[in-house]
Amino acid sequence: MTHRVAVTGIGAISAFGQTYPDLWAGLAAGKSAIRPLTLVAPGVLRFPNAAEVPDYDPLRYFDEKEAQMLDRFAQFAAVAAREAVKASGIEFSPELGEQTAIVLGCSAGGKATEDDAFHHLYALQEPRVSPLTIPRAMSNAGASRVSLEYGITGPVFTVSTACSSANHAIGQAFRMVRSGEVEVALAGGSEAPLSLGFLKAWEAMRVVAPDTCRPFSLDRRGLILGEGAAVLMLEPFDRARSRGATILGEIAGFGMSSDAHHITQPSALGAARAMRAALLDAKLADAHLAPEAIGYVNAHGTGTLSNDATETEAIKSVFGAHSKNLLVSSTKSMHGHALGAAGALEAVATLGALRCGLIPPTANFTAPDPACDLDVVPNTPRQAQIEFAISNSFAFGGLNAVLVFRKAA
Amino acid sequence: MSEDLISRVTAVIAKAQKIPLETVTIDKSFEELNIDSLDGINILFALEGEFDLDIPDDAARGIRTVREMVEGIEKLLAAKSPQ
Repeated sequence: MTHRVAVTGIGAISAFGQTYPDLWAGLAAGKSAIRPLTLVAPGVLRFPNAAEVPDYDPLRYFDEKEAQMLDRFAQFAAVAAREAVKASGIEFSPELGEQTAIVLGCSAGGKATEDDAFHHLYALQEPRVSPLTIPRAMSNAGASRVSLEYGITGPVFTVSTACSSANHAIGQAFRMVRSGEVEVALAGGSEAPLSLGFLKAWEAMRVVAPDTCRPFSLDRRGLILGEGAAVLMLEPFDRARSRGATILGEIAGFGMSSDAHHITQPSALGAARAMRAALLDAKLADAHLAPEAIGYVNAHGTGTLSNDATETEAIKSVFGAHSKNLLVSSTKSMHGHALGAAGALEAVATLGALRCGLIPPTANFTAPDPACDLDVVPNTPRQAQIEFAISNSFAFGGLNAVLVFRKAA
Repeated sequence: MSEDLISRVTAVIAKAQKIPLETVTIDKSFEELNIDSLDGINILFALEGEFDLDIPDDAARGIRTVREMVEGIEKLLAAKSPQ
């Protein structure tokens, strides 16, 4: 038998602050958290801004020994997971731990750890690197840390599909809970990519904006990198209801596709196929769900010239005439593009939009682009009671992952 | 546009694109040379190294031909060298 899948806990750490309420309050206010980058010395990059977690002190969450073992991205995963677990009210017995999955997205892994280790090797000409380099930098360090903290011994893994990582991760966890393969799951993503070597590689890609992120805007000049994590507690709807848990929303479907087109250029065809697959998946559980039931699209909306026009084309091809009624916003304009955590932060935005009847806007919008002729909810949050929404993630490498969310009944 | 500049730019393009030097002529478009957006930024990176230049994103945007690339480099070199 299959289950409806409820979200019963949310945790988040982002440029808006170190909790889920901080993130939602920021998005609901429509204020961008993009600010001057402080993790890297000024003047060495073509772009001065990022969406950095402010005032982060590892010792608030970990003792010195633990903090030493964990790269910033893995710490973020644990911080967000703790908040989600606490909010859900679930306590992990060894039996439940065995029936629990953790699936987290992470694209880059511990780049700051690697940067630092290799600086000692190449620049300082030291013959050795720290033995903690591998356990800190491995992309699964966040998922493994959460597993250790709660004694979760079921399926635990990391999904790494660049900017689609978290949507792919949440999708896998959703399917395991829906099918009954596990009893509950923690799903989301974490990333901390703001390290000089990695930022230089992004600079060379020439896709980072020198000012700010203006998705769908005529004068958009690229993305703004961000960091953070978000984690959702997923469990069967009936289980959540019978234990009296607060249901924050549902995941109703998941679809994936690969462009097989180009390693970095997006494809409207591939994006559209992922959206259609997600809608079809949701329709299998709820035969009445037509594309017209979708009211909000949390767009991938990176703010690059190419993505936003291509995504617009894809949305129009999937929704046809209904695309005029859709509210479409890119919250990357506010929390930045957190790569492997992006889909997780955007899941929080989408769930919040449904739950509160308030659509977070596309911030920093200045002028409409005819190539992006959708209602992109420019600058001002919009009140709207919506039952179904989708959240898009499209990655370098042409890998697309789309989630369907439903307002809590 | 000096012959020397043209030959240096075309050599960089040919090397980055892994194509015979003689195919990279001044009137070729990037499309004719199968240079896509990712190839384009890879060529910009190589040109920055060759000419010790910093090519801003805005200057690079919209370049679609070998001629435009040579002219762009010429302009940046002129701005760089003290008159």
